[in-house]
Amino acid sequence: MPSAALRRWSVRSVALGYLLVVLMGPLAMLFWRVWAEGLGQAWSAVTEADTLHAFQVTLEIAAIAVPLNTIFGVVCGLAIVRRRFPGKGLVNAFVDLPLALSPVVVGLSLFLLYGRTGWFGPWLTDHGVRVLFALPSMVLATVFVSVPYVAREVIPTLREIGDEQEQAAHTLGASGWQTFWRITLPSIRWAVIYGVVVTTARCLGEYGAVAIVSGSISGRTETATLRVQDYYENIDQAGSFGVSLVLALIAIAVLVLMTLLKPKEGTA
Amino acid sequence: MSISALNVSKRFGDFVALDDVSVEVETGSLTALLGPSGSGKSTLLRVIAGLETPDSGQIRIADEPMDGRAPQDRGVGFVFQHYAAFKHMTVHDNIAFGMKIRKRPRAEIKARVAELLELVQLQGLAERYPSQLSGGQRQRMGLARALAVDPKVLLLDEPFGALDARVRSELRIWLRRLHDETHTTTVIVTHDQEEAMEVADRVVLMQHGRVEQSGPPLELYERPANPFVMSFVGQANRIGDGWVRPHDVQVLLEPNGTTREALVSRLVHLGFEVRAELVRDDGTPLSVQLTRDEAERLELEAGQIVYIRPTRETVFGS
Repeated sequence: MPSAALRRWSVRSVALGYLLVVLMGPLAMLFWRVWAEGLGQAWSAVTEADTLHAFQVTLEIAAIAVPLNTIFGVVCGLAIVRRRFPGKGLVNAFVDLPLALSPVVVGLSLFLLYGRTGWFGPWLTDHGVRVLFALPSMVLATVFVSVPYVAREVIPTLREIGDEQEQAAHTLGASGWQTFWRITLPSIRWAVIYGVVVTTARCLGEYGAVAIVSGSISGRTETATLRVQDYYENIDQAGSFGVSLVLALIAIAVLVLMTLLKPKEGTA
Repeated sequence: MSISALNVSKRFGDFVALDDVSVEVETGSLTALLGPSGSGKSTLLRVIAGLETPDSGQIRIADEPMDGRAPQDRGVGFVFQHYAAFKHMTVHDNIAFGMKIRKRPRAEIKARVAELLELVQLQGLAERYPSQLSGGQRQRMGLARALAVDPKVLLLDEPFGALDARVRSELRIWLRRLHDETHTTTVIVTHDQEEAMEVADRVVLMQHGRVEQSGPPLELYERPANPFVMSFVGQANRIGDGWVRPHDVQVLLEPNGTTREALVSRLVHLGFEVRAELVRDDGTPLSVQLTRDEAERLELEAGQIVYIRPTRETVFGS
């Protein structure tokens, strides 16, 4: 049927064209510009002390935020799927809040909470704890925006596997803790790993909330994404493109990792 | 070990799953909890296992009250309808699970698993994963897993419900043989009266969260307490105020004064047995069971008029 073939072909080309224009185009442009500006220049920008520090800060934040949200995501998923408690619907909805809320708003609320006139700000300052314009607020902001991802992966998988295996483990003598480590966690492991990868990607790419609370001080509170902005504002195109390219390469690595993990999800 | 359920009640919201149920299971017996879906039989089994908490009443296993005791501390083996196989573990690890939790020595685990694999006829499949097994094999693995911890009582929740008819009847016979060897007190939940009659020493028939009758299978069949028991345990026809089993009807070709007229509407040949669907002179249907020889002797065929007489009728007081 030529008309069916034509329709299939046109649907495909629209989908592909859309991806090309919206996603691939800008990325390809980035690669091309780095090439055009000269690899050497980009390389020296990437290896500059402040840039390396920015990558280090990004990694430090991710190293705290990802484990925290992984534990939270699994516990929260278990609570939502396996337990009955008052306010469960509310918790379920609130887990998704960061998806709906602009990171800028998140940053601003943290600013209001921990700022000089905020609820916690004065008390913390009195006790010599610095939250704003320092790592703690940047971690808080990143944790906030990356809350949903592990929970959202884990919840459907928990629903799918049901609780019969867990009940069987109980009747065989396993305590709740033993059941979690030996039955539940191995059953949802691919969902957890997938969630961790997505969370990591989200943490590495976070910009808006961190931009507000960090103050973007080069060599101190600047993350990789903030560094890109910094270079860009200083009209150092080679620098901003170079750092962007590194972030893009990390994203591609994450993408590859996710594709490798995805088919295994079903067999978990 | 004996099991007692004493005045157990359980509600799920507005639904009354168990309504003041008391059941006794003798040590070493194989008891079937029989009933239609929603009768509360599975809930009772889960309450015994500790997987559900009763709203009131008590469970005793080996005369010990189980109040507030978690499933892992009750010494029960539980077999699930949908196997509840640990999908990420091999057959060997599934069976060894309970023993590993109990931190038994490795050599003992190895020996016991080998023994159980032989008992459930899964030798050579120890390193397979559950997804590589058939339904029947998975359920035998489930049984071996439950038996591995030497449970005081074995609880089976519709264990053969998800299997096809042939495997089902094979496993039934096998389960009965297994019980005759091990004498573990066993409770099996089923909605299939034939299964209950075939494997169990005692049958507890439930409906709407209550026990309708309990006793040996033959007693339920021969002396049903009420019309529900009569029609659930085997087939039954209603004739006026009485009930009659399809094989307790005499079919004659000539009237003899005590007979009534009926029309043969359909004949079903089931090998040794022939089922005749009749319509009585007052228009009510009647199902009759004959042997092949009887049917041939009478030269029965559809459309024929015959004369029937119940040889054994049960009348229930209202």
